[in-house]
Amino acid sequence: MNENRLVEIKNLKKYFPVKLGLLKTKNVQAVEDVSFYIREGETLGLVGESGCGKTTLGRTLLRLYEPTSGQILYRGKDITHANMLPYRRKMQIIFQDPSASLDPRMTVGEIVGEAMDIHNLYGSKKERQDKIRTILEQVGLNSEHANRYPHEFSGGQQQRIGIARALAVQPEFIVCDEPISALDVSIQSQIVNMLEDMQQELGLTYLFIAHDLSVVRHISSRIGVMYLGNLVELGESYELYKNPLHPYTRTLLSAVPIPDPRKSKEKKRIVLEGDIPSPINPPSGCRFHTRCPYAMPKCAEETPPFLEHQPGHWAACHLL
Amino acid sequence: MENKNLLEIKDLKVSFFTSAGEVKAVDGISYSLEKGRVMGIVGESGSGKSVEAYSIMGLLQSPGKVVGGSIIFDGKDVLAMGEKEKQTMRGSEISMIFQNPMTCLNPVYTIGNQLVEAVLCHEKIPRKEAERRAKEMLELVGINNVEKRMTQYPHEFSGGMRQRVMIAMGLICNPKLLIADEPTTALDVTIQAQILELMKQLQQKINMSIIFITHNLGVVAEICDWVSVMYAGHIIESGSVNDIFYNPKHPYTHGLLRSMPRVDAESHERLIPIEGTPVDMLDPPEGCPFGPRCEHCMKICLREAPPNIRVEGGHTAACWLLARDCGKEGGRNE
Repeated sequence: MNENRLVEIKNLKKYFPVKLGLLKTKNVQAVEDVSFYIREGETLGLVGESGCGKTTLGRTLLRLYEPTSGQILYRGKDITHANMLPYRRKMQIIFQDPSASLDPRMTVGEIVGEAMDIHNLYGSKKERQDKIRTILEQVGLNSEHANRYPHEFSGGQQQRIGIARALAVQPEFIVCDEPISALDVSIQSQIVNMLEDMQQELGLTYLFIAHDLSVVRHISSRIGVMYLGNLVELGESYELYKNPLHPYTRTLLSAVPIPDPRKSKEKKRIVLEGDIPSPINPPSGCRFHTRCPYAMPKCAEETPPFLEHQPGHWAACHLL
Repeated sequence: MENKNLLEIKDLKVSFFTSAGEVKAVDGISYSLEKGRVMGIVGESGSGKSVEAYSIMGLLQSPGKVVGGSIIFDGKDVLAMGEKEKQTMRGSEISMIFQNPMTCLNPVYTIGNQLVEAVLCHEKIPRKEAERRAKEMLELVGINNVEKRMTQYPHEFSGGMRQRVMIAMGLICNPKLLIADEPTTALDVTIQAQILELMKQLQQKINMSIIFITHNLGVVAEICDWVSVMYAGHIIESGSVNDIFYNPKHPYTHGLLRSMPRVDAESHERLIPIEGTPVDMLDPPEGCPFGPRCEHCMKICLREAPPNIRVEGGHTAACWLLARDCGKEGGRNE
């Protein structure tokens, strides 16, 4: 069954040290013991509220952050400590804020071309030009745009440049870290459609990170739900929405406002008490127990194991 | 003539005079809000929805200026008011909550202090009395351990809690109108659900009017009775929530609803986006502002701005498509 796993992580942990005083340091447990795999050609969605570690997970997986412990496998090869340069060509990322992730002093052509320079992806100057032009057209920009600077573009177009930059090295796997949340509503669907087309055309694999559940549901084949550094549920997209197992997933789904007045009036909503606890001092046992409407004494003591409850549907909860 | 409208805005125009030229952020909008109603104003960034709210509050700052129209609140002309009068009105009759509560609370004063100050600004009552009111208000918005919370500073509160404090502060002088400018945009969905629930409860309890500004149509469906959709400084469609969601007449409204993925979708359908980019407000297109992006664009759309056309009841839309056959079976449905 291992043959089509493109990326796999095993017990991945990422802690960030925080200085609390002169001698005291504590760790923020941003990602705590997460394991999953991504099949070739699929989109795995990752949802969760701010501070749940989804972005950290995405970046650690690309080794933009060094993992504290655990393993990262790419096509079955352990890359946890490997030289990343050859893998950077295979694994790329699209960032949330397009204006912050593009160098304001480089032209679009330079931005897109830089990665090609590093990886020697062309034989002649002419070939480089042609490649840049093709990629820009692929993401819906004009070839003349290559000589312009990022600030001359609107938010949606800047995100297209960000995507062109990621595509320049012909990657197999792209981490999309909230690629549309900074964009206007009417532009979001343009970018979502484009990402889907790219996937079809180039056979890409995505890890799609977002807090907007409706978008994640739309684009993903499988979805993982994170809470405070833990992966609490993972399943086929349709199954997860139809039949959520973890109480947190249920609350999260019921909290999403539906743009349909009649349905939203009928809908029963589970409103959670309180806020997300601090990841410096995460609750003992199940991290969700402080807000869980079904918490039992056991939940505060033992960490629930992440088990497969139905074929392909995993969850970590003592209730199950 | 019984006046049941709390707020009446007629042909309001607001411009920003920048070095690059005049930006007509709000270009002739009119609406009225009845007492006890919740009105949603939906639009993308730059559509002028916040600017319009700031003008009602008299909070517009240079280079922004109201260049035409009128705002009548509770029978009084807001634009004719002096600074003193406006100050009395703000907080006690109209109050506003903002997107980012952290930038609105003063970091060096305790929450208690700030709430008490809000009361004492408007009413001559003993400090003890004001403190009692502040505590009541905090309890009302669902903050526990009020005694201790009163002595804490904003940074000791979480995002959701800060927004609750802002709501408490907004409501402490019993305003008739609350303007909420994207109050849940910066919050996570579970916290957003809490705040929306709270606002719904409070609205029913106090029977105030709310203007709810947002770009999230889901939130609108949840909380509003009436909706105005803004695009490039114009209200392009306005109607009851049911009108807007089940019978949208303007291609932009229709397109927005169609382009959004839905969490309750039954199967995977490709999204139908609105093509093109939002309007450059420095150089808006002639005629209908949505014309260049509209799939039903006609010649007249690029020449002349469409009039506001009544569809049915209070439902209006500004679109030439409705001009021919409006009046018959509620216009054309594309």
